Amino acid sequence: MESGYPAQSLSAWVAWISTVDHKRIGILYLITTLVFFCIGGVEALLMRIQLAWPGNTFLSPEMYNQIFTMHGTTMVFLVVVPLLLGLANYLTPLMIGASDMALPRLNAFSFWVFLFGGVLLYFSFVSGHAPSAGWFSYAPLSEKGYSTRYGLDYWALALLGIGVGTIATAINLIVTIINLRTDGLTIRRLPLFVWMVFVNSFLIIFALPALNASLVMLLIDRQLNAHFFTQLGGGSPILWQHYFWSFGHPEVYIMVLPAFGIISEVIPVFSRKPIFGYGFVAASTVAIALLSVGVWAHHMFAVGLGHAWEYAFGASSLLIAVPTGVKIFNWIATMWGGSIRFSTSMLFAIAFLFTFTIGGLSGVTFATVPIDWQVTDTYYVVAHMHYVLFGGTLFGVMAGLYYWFPKMSGRMLSERWGMVHFWLMFIGFHLTFLVQHVLGLSGMPRRVYTYPNEPGWAIMNLISTVGAFVIGISVVVLLGNILVSLREGERAGDNPWDAWTLEWATTSPPPEHNFDAVPPVHGRRPLWDLVHPNGGQA
Amino acid sequence: MQISVFNPASPQAGHLLWLWNACMWVCGFILTVVTLAIVYILVRYRRRDDHEPSQTTGNTKLEITWTVVPIILITFLFVVSIVTARAVDQPIHRPPDIVVRGHQWWWEVQYPSAKAITANEIHIPVGQEMLIGIEAADVIHDFWVPRLARKVDAIPGQRNFVWIHADRPGNYSGACAEYCGAQHAWMRFRVLAEDRASYEAWLAAQAAPAIEPAGGDAKSGEKLFRQFTCANCHNIRGIHSQEQYGPDLTHIASRKMLAAERLENTPENLKDWLHEPNLVKPNCYMPNLNLAESDLTQLTAFMESLK
Repeated sequence: MESGYPAQSLSAWVAWISTVDHKRIGILYLITTLVFFCIGGVEALLMRIQLAWPGNTFLSPEMYNQIFTMHGTTMVFLVVVPLLLGLANYLTPLMIGASDMALPRLNAFSFWVFLFGGVLLYFSFVSGHAPSAGWFSYAPLSEKGYSTRYGLDYWALALLGIGVGTIATAINLIVTIINLRTDGLTIRRLPLFVWMVFVNSFLIIFALPALNASLVMLLIDRQLNAHFFTQLGGGSPILWQHYFWSFGHPEVYIMVLPAFGIISEVIPVFSRKPIFGYGFVAASTVAIALLSVGVWAHHMFAVGLGHAWEYAFGASSLLIAVPTGVKIFNWIATMWGGSIRFSTSMLFAIAFLFTFTIGGLSGVTFATVPIDWQVTDTYYVVAHMHYVLFGGTLFGVMAGLYYWFPKMSGRMLSERWGMVHFWLMFIGFHLTFLVQHVLGLSGMPRRVYTYPNEPGWAIMNLISTVGAFVIGISVVVLLGNILVSLREGERAGDNPWDAWTLEWATTSPPPEHNFDAVPPVHGRRPLWDLVHPNGGQA
Repeated sequence: MQISVFNPASPQAGHLLWLWNACMWVCGFILTVVTLAIVYILVRYRRRDDHEPSQTTGNTKLEITWTVVPIILITFLFVVSIVTARAVDQPIHRPPDIVVRGHQWWWEVQYPSAKAITANEIHIPVGQEMLIGIEAADVIHDFWVPRLARKVDAIPGQRNFVWIHADRPGNYSGACAEYCGAQHAWMRFRVLAEDRASYEAWLAAQAAPAIEPAGGDAKSGEKLFRQFTCANCHNIRGIHSQEQYGPDLTHIASRKMLAAERLENTPENLKDWLHEPNLVKPNCYMPNLNLAESDLTQLTAFMESLK
């Protein structure tokens, strides 16, 4: 036994490393992003300690600036996007009745090149200096003259690798969704999660190359003394902003559309009703994607582009509120008249609705151009963007995690600890970020390592820091819940939520080939149709 | 809240606050509807039995309603935002009264007509529209005085403009709002709005060259200023002029604060700052010259003589 065990363990590792199974790759994504989420979270806590009171000297300015840069870069590129890609990877083939992604080897390549990028980014700490120009790395601050260490080169190379992996996954998802749907699963019957992943993948293919191209230009500037983004030699610092945000704003929607998809699966199942206005929910996703490529300059209203440009980008940004609002109202209408099950998953979905509405509305204030002139680059933006990305996307992902964990592991997460996790995270979140709106309006700029003791700033920052630690505790509860449930959780069975989409028609966890037999598909809810041959027209 | 946008002190900031309030009514209305709907649902439609509810799939009239109502609301916001933008950004029809130039991590302030130069402290007369030109010497900065005016980026190779107009006398806090490197946090400044006579007197004093100290510690300090590398970066008009990289020191003793609002301008603080600039403001470009106690006393005396 003693000689057999390590060999078995080794082959298990090799099996994971060499896997091309979409489920294992999906789980690899989820585990990796969970690790990066913890790292990024610790970075956030370090920042909140430094900002807990005015004039704190816990972190030096140089260290603070590296940490806020790494926090932003980590959360965007190593957590939110790959987390959603991981879920899409795991779920898409199952939800369309396929046995794997269309291009399994490309899928494995995407994951490993993403992981390589993540490691490369963190290796910059070892090289002596992590990047410190912000996740947006505005030129000329990011140029050789002002960022003399190698941190920024690591940053650019890491993001290039991650970008390549992300684009490859997007292509893979599109090919899979077009070609591998089971019989009867027409495009108008696709589960909404798959719909949103599909639209999202096109958005990735459109947006990420803009980032990759500008990263290469920045590297050429830094390493070969070109002048793309310096005003000397005919370049332009504003050009970087245009390039970066023409990627960066679609990226915001890349980070949120799959979460919309999760919500569109979770709310109907726990309300025991089909989604309200399937066509409108799907079409509004397309509208958001199309509009999102034409709004980037709303990040640049203080640059002095001229009023005509500002009005145009203000109008397009305001317009995005319409399809987003349509979604919110449709989710509410789905719950209306339902028979709601308050599982942890559903609580996170409801919290998403409330929090994301606040984040969306504060987004409207930015699109109202002159308001942006006051609030941009202040803590108000920090609050807004965390309401969208944390209270929006991450709450959505938590809803998805509690919903699909039984499918992935075969065991239920503890609902009791789930409730503890939910309430801690919900309260901690609002404690941390609600006051930051007021801080910004009171004149506190963002990205500062300390601040003068202006009236109200000290107490609001302290509240925010306390809230951040409450979030930290909630994450510990989540991790504990996952670890304990993996061993001791209640057995899930095939379909613990009495749900309707195809992934619940196979065992939990599914076999390597996913389905022994895919049930017939005659509508949007194949498993409902099996039980109600004559009822439930959707 | 002394520097809050809710406490405007200029017509521009007043317009911006009006727009904010209008937007809050619209957003508040939507948030109220959504919240009430969610709360009602949570109470009314919680699971009561195992009975499956009615399987409605949609309602086109409702969908059209919640598409059209938001379109009307955002159209309103779009129109009022244009009205406000035009009121805040009046047309530019003359050269600026003041040119403010962002440096890592301080603000150079020039009064072109009076040929006065100072740093981190902008004086304006109450009740007069002042046009400020915004520039940057190195990386991108952003000029923001929440109670007086909108934000404007300071961009290398480009000049932006902002109208500034204080309704009443006061000390208005400002800050760099665009991340610009290690000491972004301490790139603050103030706008002092004064009555016409005090403003004119201040400007005339700032425009005058420095008076060479007659003797004592101040005189020795002046020698040290040239001897050490201070003079390589700092100008003192009338005593030592060349291209400047650091703040103009011609009338440094007249300023309220040091190192972009980091410290109050007292002899003790000035001495500390000269002694160990990197303790006061880590990573700043002011070097530690390892000055002896006597050097510090003499240099401080010289600086204090530059009223």
